[in-house]
Amino acid sequence: MAAQIQYADVEVGTELPAASFPVTRATLVQYAGASGDFNPIHWNEKFAKEVGLPDVIAHGMFTMAEAIRVVTDWVGDPGAVVEYGVRFTRPVVVPNDDQGGLIEVTAKVAAKLDDNRVRVDLTAMSAGQKVLGMSRAVVELA
Amino acid sequence: MALDQSFVGRSYPPTDPYEVGREKIREFAAAVGDTNPVYSDPEAAKAYGYPDVIAPPTFVFAITFKAAGQVIEDPQLGLDYSRVVHGDQKFAYARPVRAGDRLSVVSTIEAVKSLAGNDVIDIRGEVHDETGEHVVTAWTKLVSRAPEEA
Repeated sequence: MAAQIQYADVEVGTELPAASFPVTRATLVQYAGASGDFNPIHWNEKFAKEVGLPDVIAHGMFTMAEAIRVVTDWVGDPGAVVEYGVRFTRPVVVPNDDQGGLIEVTAKVAAKLDDNRVRVDLTAMSAGQKVLGMSRAVVELA
Repeated sequence: MALDQSFVGRSYPPTDPYEVGREKIREFAAAVGDTNPVYSDPEAAKAYGYPDVIAPPTFVFAITFKAAGQVIEDPQLGLDYSRVVHGDQKFAYARPVRAGDRLSVVSTIEAVKSLAGNDVIDIRGEVHDETGEHVVTAWTKLVSRAPEEA
């Protein structure tokens, strides 16, 4: 474990660098292959609409994977993440155009814990709506 | 139809080991657009003190969710998977998953509830490597939506 952020250097309220992650239909096909989740709601517009969705939606686990990048990019060593949990509140809709969707992630240190650990609270938005709720990570800093 | 409460606490047999490959980790990191070399370059991983490349934090879900299939597809439980959505997901890591791991999962039903006509099931997956070392615990909440009234 080799975090590049010092525990002593962060305070409650410290903001992590924010990031935005584009997601297109091609992204979802690639993620489906890599993750093994081939649910057609993530690539078949006709099927997605038939089951009541507005359009093809991103895998919740894809959104979860992107959101934690704000933490792993900040801390350097992804192995410093000791806990990570989210609630899937709203889907990330991915239109079939050149732009697709966008996942916008911000995060800040919400609590300093024992053993050089901090709790980071994440916010993930897409199209102006919160797509992850209760999104929290515990990270062990240097 | 409400699910049977007697399933709470039930554990399923350990899954056959899943062998984590370097190229599968690389493929997953590429799919989420993450260029951190610790996922693709063994030397970069060693610089962080790992014996081989490590996997992104959510990589293990593919393994635990496949294991949870034992629960989802248990005919005695009777979950209607066509109506299932993923509610919550949480991981607690003892160490990162890394290339060369042979991971086995024991799935346990932690809770079964009925909320507003929806069936809600909480599954805990305990992931161990082939030496028996605990690697990660995954909690997955699945919600089977009630059919719409005709």
